[in-house]
Amino acid sequence: MSLSLSAGDWTALWLTLRLAVTTTLILLLLGTPLAWWLSHTRSRSKLVIESIVSLPLILPPTVLGYYLLVILGPSGWIGRLMQALGGQHLAFTFTGLVIGSVLYSLPFMVQPLQDGFSTVGRRRLEVAATLGASPLDTFFHVVMPLSRHSYLTASTLTFAHTVGEFGIILMVGGNIPGKTRVLSVAIYDHAEAMDYVSAGTLSAGLLVFSFMLLLAVRIVSQHFESQGR
Amino acid sequence: MKRPGLIHLLTRGFLGLFVYVYLLPVQAAQPLVVAAASDLRYAMNRLVSQYRILHPQDILHMVYGSSGKFRAQIANGAPFDLFFSADISYPEMLQKQGLTASKVYPYALGRIALWSATRAADRLKLRDLVAEDIKKIAIANPLHAPYGQRAKEALQQVGIWEKVKPKLVYGENISHTAQLVASGAADIGIIALSLAVSPELRQLGGYSLIPERLHKPLLQGFVITRHGGNRPEAKRFAAFIRSAAGHKTLASYGFSLPAVK
Repeated sequence: MSLSLSAGDWTALWLTLRLAVTTTLILLLLGTPLAWWLSHTRSRSKLVIESIVSLPLILPPTVLGYYLLVILGPSGWIGRLMQALGGQHLAFTFTGLVIGSVLYSLPFMVQPLQDGFSTVGRRRLEVAATLGASPLDTFFHVVMPLSRHSYLTASTLTFAHTVGEFGIILMVGGNIPGKTRVLSVAIYDHAEAMDYVSAGTLSAGLLVFSFMLLLAVRIVSQHFESQGR
Repeated sequence: MKRPGLIHLLTRGFLGLFVYVYLLPVQAAQPLVVAAASDLRYAMNRLVSQYRILHPQDILHMVYGSSGKFRAQIANGAPFDLFFSADISYPEMLQKQGLTASKVYPYALGRIALWSATRAADRLKLRDLVAEDIKKIAIANPLHAPYGQRAKEALQQVGIWEKVKPKLVYGENISHTAQLVASGAADIGIIALSLAVSPELRQLGGYSLIPERLHKPLLQGFVITRHGGNRPEAKRFAAFIRSAAGHKTLASYGFSLPAVK
């Protein structure tokens, strides 16, 4: 197999990586407080919020994509708001894809973090507080180092899940080169054009990539376990 | 060295990726984005390469799909600069909505054909589709693909629509329909003549043309959208399609030219 990608496929690869990196960064920022709250709250709304966070796991991506298209497009309320503010509506844009991906990969970030935060335990937090550490200090110097493993798993899964996204992107993004044509959509397009060589090259690339990523996570996990945590 | 080594490596990899995707310059020139009905897939690729010889500085990005879907996407603000529809009524609808920046130009008449990769379609007629050994027949989705609508009309016209309906499988657009047939998943399909005569498909199997009188004409039209209104390249490309050279290429893909209004 030669690595002879067309210019269009390189653009799709670049766009896919950009989408996955952006989504992972945003979810690290959003997912951390959400997972922290979920792992420590005794509020009854916890069950409802947890269910909402898990929704993308079972919802067909086209359903999420459909709602996003309706809300973000020129006649949806967010789309209209953006236009009223002098901007552009978000259907068929990279920003629209990022919003879709953040929602779609939410459980892949939040669930591992929530598990990680829970295992830190209250006792360690209380000790830190007794020693005079502020809650933020405690978080950055006690919780985060102890949850490194969870952060690694959560980021990797989010990244990989975003790379593999298809349904939402087709609904919200269309298939616009350089803006919304990511790898999965490019593969679909090549197959439709019966260009099986290009479709095969990209598919094999994604297969190998996904496998390597998961293998890397396993190896690191095992490494952590052998270190006691 | 051991524990931080791995983490640092991963962090560094992520940072490297970050630099790659954010700091790398994006393409300087804005390409012209052209939405084209998928019956044009092969003909348009040829047209674009001919156009590139005349105007090498213009960058064109092609997107192929079903005409009805493109109409809906453009109405919802999709950033297409030109729209080539397999059915002239779709760009006309956009014109009524004020979403276009040029006249709607008729550019070709499409034809439909029976095509198969597994049997001699050139010796078959529409009525033969009721035969028992034909299990699956592919047509484009009549809901939003003009070629699917014409296929349905032709099947109704010869009076076998109800009989073959259980055997039908629907392609998302006409080139997806051709792919269903090419893979052998469908025994035969009703596809665009422009695809059946392309070098890519001709090597896979023969075709038989379906008589024009069995369906409404497939008058195809294109338009410069409001999004592409201030792009000089859009006008250049439109003029090229309407030139003698453009017509010649379209004709070589089985399109007949509509009478000039």
